[in-house]
Amino acid sequence: MNVAKPNSYRSGPDDRGHFGIFGGRFVAETLMPLILDLEKAYTAAKADPTFQTEMNGYLTHYVGRPSPLYFAERLTEHLGGAKIYLKREELNHTGSHKVNNVLGQIMLARRMGKKRIIAETGAGQHGVATATLCARFGLECVVYMGAVDVERQQPNVIRMEMLGATVVPVQSGTRTLKDAMNEALRDWVTNVHNTFYCIGTVAGPHPYPTLVRDFQSIIGNETRTQMQEVEGRLPDSLVACIGGGSNAMGLFHPFLDDPSVEIFGVEAAGHGLTQLHAASIAGGRPGVLHGNRTYLLMDADGQIQDAHSISAGLDYPGIGPEHSWLHEIGRVNYLSATDDEALAAFQLLSRLEGIIPALEPAHAIAKVMELAPKRPRDHLMVVNLSGRGDKDVPQVGDILRGKSK
Amino acid sequence: MTTRIDTRFAELKKAGRSAFVTYVMAGDPDLATSLDIVKALPKAGADVIELGIPFTDPMADGPSIQAAGLRALKNGMTLKKTLGLVRDFRKDDNVTPLVLMGYYNPIYIYGVDKFLADAKTAGVDGLIIVDLPPEEDDELCIPALKAGLNFIRLATPTTDDKRLPAVLANTSGFVYYVSIAGITGAAAADANAVGEAVARIKRHTKLPICVGFGIRTPEAARGIAEKADGSVVGTALVDALKNSLDAEGRATAKTVNAVAELTAALAQGVKGAKVAAE
Ligand SMILES: Cc1ncc(COP(=O)(O)O)c(C=O)c1O
Repeated sequence: MNVAKPNSYRSGPDDRGHFGIFGGRFVAETLMPLILDLEKAYTAAKADPTFQTEMNGYLTHYVGRPSPLYFAERLTEHLGGAKIYLKREELNHTGSHKVNNVLGQIMLARRMGKKRIIAETGAGQHGVATATLCARFGLECVVYMGAVDVERQQPNVIRMEMLGATVVPVQSGTRTLKDAMNEALRDWVTNVHNTFYCIGTVAGPHPYPTLVRDFQSIIGNETRTQMQEVEGRLPDSLVACIGGGSNAMGLFHPFLDDPSVEIFGVEAAGHGLTQLHAASIAGGRPGVLHGNRTYLLMDADGQIQDAHSISAGLDYPGIGPEHSWLHEIGRVNYLSATDDEALAAFQLLSRLEGIIPALEPAHAIAKVMELAPKRPRDHLMVVNLSGRGDKDVPQVGDILRGKSK
Repeated sequence: MTTRIDTRFAELKKAGRSAFVTYVMAGDPDLATSLDIVKALPKAGADVIELGIPFTDPMADGPSIQAAGLRALKNGMTLKKTLGLVRDFRKDDNVTPLVLMGYYNPIYIYGVDKFLADAKTAGVDGLIIVDLPPEEDDELCIPALKAGLNFIRLATPTTDDKRLPAVLANTSGFVYYVSIAGITGAAAADANAVGEAVARIKRHTKLPICVGFGIRTPEAARGIAEKADGSVVGTALVDALKNSLDAEGRATAKTVNAVAELTAALAQGVKGAKVAAE
């Protein structure tokens, strides 16, 4: 594709929320005034130093940041190529990167005087982070979760309920993340007067993709500083898994204008790209869903297709609009990993490093297993370890036992 | 440009009567039955027909209309076939206004220019696209107006006086006032609150104002007809259709009549309304 290269890859979106042709505000009229309010509130918060100071306090003392940048020595030795660093987002309070964004949005909701928070969740990590901060700030919390995901991510359902949230199993459509998002939007349209919609990834109508990206950029900003401290230079490559793309965007964005840094996003290839999968860039094309134009899995009539991934957090037929743009403009390489590759990576990291990853970042590790051996020993590769695997232990245990039988 | 919508509302105004607008889903439960239903609507008293374009992810619709769309899709309905349905309907009805209502993605994928040309040829008069607010007017609204189709916008309880001019700017045909903040099939709005909202919108536009969401019975339709230029009923008709299906979700001998009878009853309600003096 012939797209003119911009002066900076970091200046988007425009004032209408567009990254190239992607993004925008494709929502029902009922929601439009709320989205405009949110944009105003976010602009004001960004300009208010007390907002950042307060957030930094919680990031340090409640979330536990900065998260370590850890040299994975045995994984590096095993693969025999690039020097692999793990950005340890799984050590955050609540066990994933999702909390970075939720903290920011909950603080915005508080500024806007909203008392009721709704969220969609796939793996349950965003739901747990939202339930956690709602507990911390005394806010009502309702989490929409596809009925299929309620089944396969039971530990997180129980956690959310313990934290005082109401988990609503969504029975419509494919009963996964996409339908949870539909249902959250329906709730929002109905309860506009008191409700804040806390979106869990860099998708949805403008300004969500931007504000989620900004709150997650702490991942990449810390990585820059930490790599400078240990190696005295920038990393050579970055790898992250992509559901909607928030952990990836958080790591990537601060490096987009450093041409020496190679960047890889990893989508979920499910059973394989010719079968059921969730790789919207590899297998989709631009369309409009959930408030933005982006790459989507759909049929010839524009009907959204079912995604499939072993990982509930990647089981979504779309991707954040800024990723679609970075793909078209060629700044980021989008790869994909199958269910089986992710399972193998899940086990490898557990055995070699004593770190059980979530199934989502196991997809990123799976591609590191391919990329790292082809790179020289002095190549510095950073993988976003976006979450820990506790929530997946029952599901993976069943699969492995079933397989070994 | 005058569309069938403009003509119909002018006639109704002369007759001193509020419009009755029906919504059904194209292809629900199958293409042939759906065509028979659409043909039966004007005879049963529908003044304007809204025809839903099936979509997998209707974010502003409640369970009834979601299910209707999925029934249609399961039986192979597409946007192309929806336009075919309109063409067949137009073979013996060249006066009843017909508006397509749905979500943007199927149209975007069909191709905006081709869609507008094909819709115009088929005999579509207007479009209601739920997820295209004025902020995205360049996508479809402006091209639709150029192609000679009405673009009917939704105004909602959250559309305040400051925002109304933007919402009304490129609206034509009529204004669809969504009487509640919510999804289709939700609770009904209070007729007095609707009256105030309609009066508020009328201060900004000369277009007819139809009210929908939550109207299910002839009594409710009459109440709204006394306050507005039209009332829209969708979920109740879709539910009547669904209740006539067999256990496998297929049409039965009762299906077309079930929708037509409820349409006739609702139309009686609207016609019994005492229309407010302008
Ligand atoms: C640990 C973890 N990583 C990644 C994701 C995928 O989301 P995103 O692509 O927005 O980072 C999820 C989503 O649930 C998750 O729980």
